[in-house]
Amino acid sequence: MANILESVGERTIEQLDYVGSLNIQWWATVRAMARSLPFVGNRYRWKTTVRQMLEIGVDAIRMVSLMAICTGFIFAMQGASELRRFGALRYVVDLVAVGFTRELGPLMTAIAVSGRSGSAFAAEIGTMKVTEELDSLRVMALEPLEFVLAPKYLAALISVPCLSVISNLCGILAGGLFMFFSIHLPPGLYLRYVFNSIELRDVIMGMIKSIVFGTIIAQVGCLEGMRVHGGPDSVGRSTTSAVVKSTFLVIIADALFTALFYLTAKR
Amino acid sequence: MTPIISVRDLVVEYDGRRVLNGLTLDIEHGETMVLLGGSGCGKSTLLRQIIGLEKPQSGNVFIKGVDITCCSKFDLKKTRKSIGVAFQSAALFNSLNIEENVALPLREHTRLAPSIIELVVWMKLAAVGLADRGKLLPSELSGGMKKRAAVARAIALGPEILVLDEPSAGLDPIVAAELDELILLLKHTFHMTIIVVTHELPSAFLIADRIAMLYQGSFSSVGTKDQLKASQDPRVRQFLDRVPEDIARTPVTEHFAKYLSASEAHQ
Repeated sequence: MANILESVGERTIEQLDYVGSLNIQWWATVRAMARSLPFVGNRYRWKTTVRQMLEIGVDAIRMVSLMAICTGFIFAMQGASELRRFGALRYVVDLVAVGFTRELGPLMTAIAVSGRSGSAFAAEIGTMKVTEELDSLRVMALEPLEFVLAPKYLAALISVPCLSVISNLCGILAGGLFMFFSIHLPPGLYLRYVFNSIELRDVIMGMIKSIVFGTIIAQVGCLEGMRVHGGPDSVGRSTTSAVVKSTFLVIIADALFTALFYLTAKR
Repeated sequence: MTPIISVRDLVVEYDGRRVLNGLTLDIEHGETMVLLGGSGCGKSTLLRQIIGLEKPQSGNVFIKGVDITCCSKFDLKKTRKSIGVAFQSAALFNSLNIEENVALPLREHTRLAPSIIELVVWMKLAAVGLADRGKLLPSELSGGMKKRAAVARAIALGPEILVLDEPSAGLDPIVAAELDELILLLKHTFHMTIIVVTHELPSAFLIADRIAMLYQGSFSSVGTKDQLKASQDPRVRQFLDRVPEDIARTPVTEHFAKYLSASEAHQ
């Protein structure tokens, strides 16, 4: 019994230590981000941020779009098969539009970015640590946090919400295509139904979620990279860990946001 | 005259294991000091202390009068700008080409115009014989070229102190000799204080003004080349005369000898 309690206590302290490190790193990165901004920051750092934005955002557009289109079709078809029994097929539009804006768009995007970029951050920073590149930054009087982490975080903060918007559009487009081919709903009417069903609050909530998810993915990926010790095998472990932990934390954060949304919604 | 680097009673431990055992060493302006010793004797640990990458358990490291073991972050950064470091693995940034690697400290720490930075980079690359290789990525260079590029980056800001960690390790004798020549050239041209960590005897005797020989975390000898050559210290003699450890008594060799005699008897 004592061993079990000891083990539970140890694991709890480990997890708290991890969350604490994540928060300390986040705050330090936020403070260091000013130098990565355009005009006011270092011009070369902004170039790095743009390169990161291309890698996180532009390179992921095809993947995120395809995932959203497939999910949009699945969501519409599953909804239609149930709603058809009650003669409420028109509400498939609400289901897809609201579901994507509030939930699926940001979540699908976060999962895609976590798999692509979260793992890439961990691998890149971990390799830099193993090959003494981070040490060489320190001896050049440059802070790895400022130089490596801040541009990545800034790029994630800009790219993830943009990808979420693309994901929302693709999901809603897939719903429209389904409605057009299944019940011949004209596109104009579909759009009107979409705009009627979505509230500004849904869009804002989706964007806030995206920013939080982007923060989680970037910070977890970078922290896992910074925690690499030893050789290349450790880099591999940190990459896997980055994806698992960031996906888990994104889902936890999503659950909290949904609960908040549910509790504060107009009744 | 005050020494440019002064190490006082430095003690370093890893997990309770003492790696540096109260080292004291002074390095004068313009001097080339070679830290010599076998693998695992603490050379690289001492080097990491001198460049402020690790904190000691006790003792002090003064660089230009600043105690970097307990100074503020600002002072540490300021002091680091006067030190150039070329790591054993070269630690070049793989995502940047050689020119960008050398330009990095100039872009971050100076307000020079891009055209001037370009000129300085060319001069530094020319000094190490890589003027025509600036556009290549580190992965496209040979081991010797990478080390020379690392030296070019280390001297980019014109530091007073140059630190080289095992510059000729893993290189063929011709390339190693070229690097030795480069170190002598830098010493005479830029009048730098140079610290070289190595276990290559010919290289050490060629470039050193003084040699500090480490043995199990303590200095077994500190002096000029001639003093070291004349030393009768058994640990120095063992290293210089390339005498193996008392391997006849180790369990592995005993076991191997028994096996050999048994197989001979069987035949």
